[in-house]
Amino acid sequence: MNAADHDAAPAQEHATGRTVALSARGLSKDFRGFRAVRNVDLDVVEGEVHALVGPNGAGKTTLFNLLTGYLKPTEGTITVHGKDITGREPEQIAHEGVARSFQITSLFDNLTPREHVELGLQGMAGGGLRFWRSDKRLLQYRERADELIAEVGLSALADRPAGELAYGQKRALEMALVISLDPKVLLLDEPTAGMGREDVNRTIELVRQIAVGRTVVFVDHNMHVVGSLAHHVTVLMAGEVLAQGTYDTVRTDSRVISAYLGEESRA
Amino acid sequence: MRSTTDTPEAVQAGQTRPGLRGRSPARWALLAVGLVVALALPWVIYPPVAMDIAAWALFAVALDLLLGYAGLLSFGHAAFWGSSAYVTGLVAIELGLPFPVAALLGAVAAMALALPIGLLSVRRSGIYFAMVTLAFAQMLFFVVNQWRDVTGGENGLQGVPRNFFGIEAVETEPFYFYYAALPLILAGMWFAWRVVHSPFGRVLVATRDNPARARALGYNVERYRVTVFVLSAGLAGLAGGLFALSHGFVSLQEVSWQTSGKVVLITVLGGIGTLWGAIIGAGLIVTLEDQLASSGFDGIGIITGSVFVIVVLLFRSGVWGTVTNLVARRRGQKVPSEDIGAADSEQGL
Repeated sequence: MNAADHDAAPAQEHATGRTVALSARGLSKDFRGFRAVRNVDLDVVEGEVHALVGPNGAGKTTLFNLLTGYLKPTEGTITVHGKDITGREPEQIAHEGVARSFQITSLFDNLTPREHVELGLQGMAGGGLRFWRSDKRLLQYRERADELIAEVGLSALADRPAGELAYGQKRALEMALVISLDPKVLLLDEPTAGMGREDVNRTIELVRQIAVGRTVVFVDHNMHVVGSLAHHVTVLMAGEVLAQGTYDTVRTDSRVISAYLGEESRA
Repeated sequence: MRSTTDTPEAVQAGQTRPGLRGRSPARWALLAVGLVVALALPWVIYPPVAMDIAAWALFAVALDLLLGYAGLLSFGHAAFWGSSAYVTGLVAIELGLPFPVAALLGAVAAMALALPIGLLSVRRSGIYFAMVTLAFAQMLFFVVNQWRDVTGGENGLQGVPRNFFGIEAVETEPFYFYYAALPLILAGMWFAWRVVHSPFGRVLVATRDNPARARALGYNVERYRVTVFVLSAGLAGLAGGLFALSHGFVSLQEVSWQTSGKVVLITVLGGIGTLWGAIIGAGLIVTLEDQLASSGFDGIGIITGSVFVIVVLLFRSGVWGTVTNLVARRRGQKVPSEDIGAADSEQGL
């Protein structure tokens, strides 16, 4: 936390001299007087996997929604590769190369996995407003769509309505959909939520594959997932940044330990 | 349940999957049957009633485009049907242009009216969208009623001519007028089909199922909703204009909330999200009303209302939706369950 330079131009270079892909300065969000996110500074280094952790109600999802335009910050700025995106709409931020997944599985129940991914590909390419053209135009995306569906292991279910898929399959489709946007920065909101151990391990592998050449920010409660994926960890507590650093530094931080123990003893 | 999308029925009735979709032979057969029925109609029933059915069918298809595919329930679509009826009538009376030109100008006027209304309404969804569209339609009703010099107020527009290049049969006989107007009706329906089966249509279904997620994919949901709103208004306007020409007059009824309600009733009764349902609903309701009226029964609303309640309670996906579900089941296809669509959009925010 460096409260001093909120108004300064967003840092292009991290302290380590590496490029910052996604950055927030002095980010705050009030809900009717309740400050859900408080003065958060965040620098996500390009090419790294960055985990956001914290107890329930720490403001992780609110922060995600601020970063992707679903909520407008009360104060503060957000930049992507140095470009100010504060206050932009979600679809504009998507076009800046920032893609997100949702904590609660969020798909189009009447569309098939293939149609989902084609939509994602078209969303970035443009042309969705062409109501006078045949939907056969979407066939141009089919090959790429089938590749992505194969990548997440859904080839056999490519033509089933998403509403009929099992939970783990829906999570996999979420992932394919996010990659279909070919984003520079991926924000994954609890990619392993509600999964069994086997699915968790498969998801870790998948995220690792996706992360090659990309920047990933993810929220997760599962410390096994955080430990195996994250280069960098930011711990949130009551809307504030409690600690930042590598997994090992953060894990041994006394404030973090007491925050988590406090949470567990309440649970 | 769904928090942002408007009608739960839209989810399961707006089945884009089972039934006849994708089965080309069945689809062509259906199309052929539909064409034969459309061509035979004025031989079987009184030609002006046949024209009413055709106009209401296009009106209902226009509403279904919005309700079934974008998940937006407009309760003010009479604004577009009616405004076009008046513009069409005035163009025909004052300028004496051929009736297809008059009807198309009416449709353009309806679209011009729909643009500002759409821009202001699509920010709301569900019941609020329905109420905002109703409010705009009521404002139009007030204007039309007050602006007597132009609209004739309560007397309406009388003596709307059906000019058609001096071909007297079309201009005077409803039987021939039906065949002259049918190509426009069919073109309107083809256009709706084109929109549904376009890249745009795919995005539309996505914005209906999950608007928040559609935005995450880079789609400006409001722009899509305004576009489909304007397209729907254009088709409603084309239908309203032809209806006015067929009757030879325009009354306040065309901009009234009862007209908005009737088209919703027809669409839901037939089955939303199918286009065919809207056509069948129009056939059923217009024929039923005509039969009741000619038998001297004056409680038509009670009968159509009861039919509506029964269909909605027993066959939630409407007449056509029920038929296609049965066909799909016989073929052993899976039919979407009643409560698909648990996860919804603006959750988790």
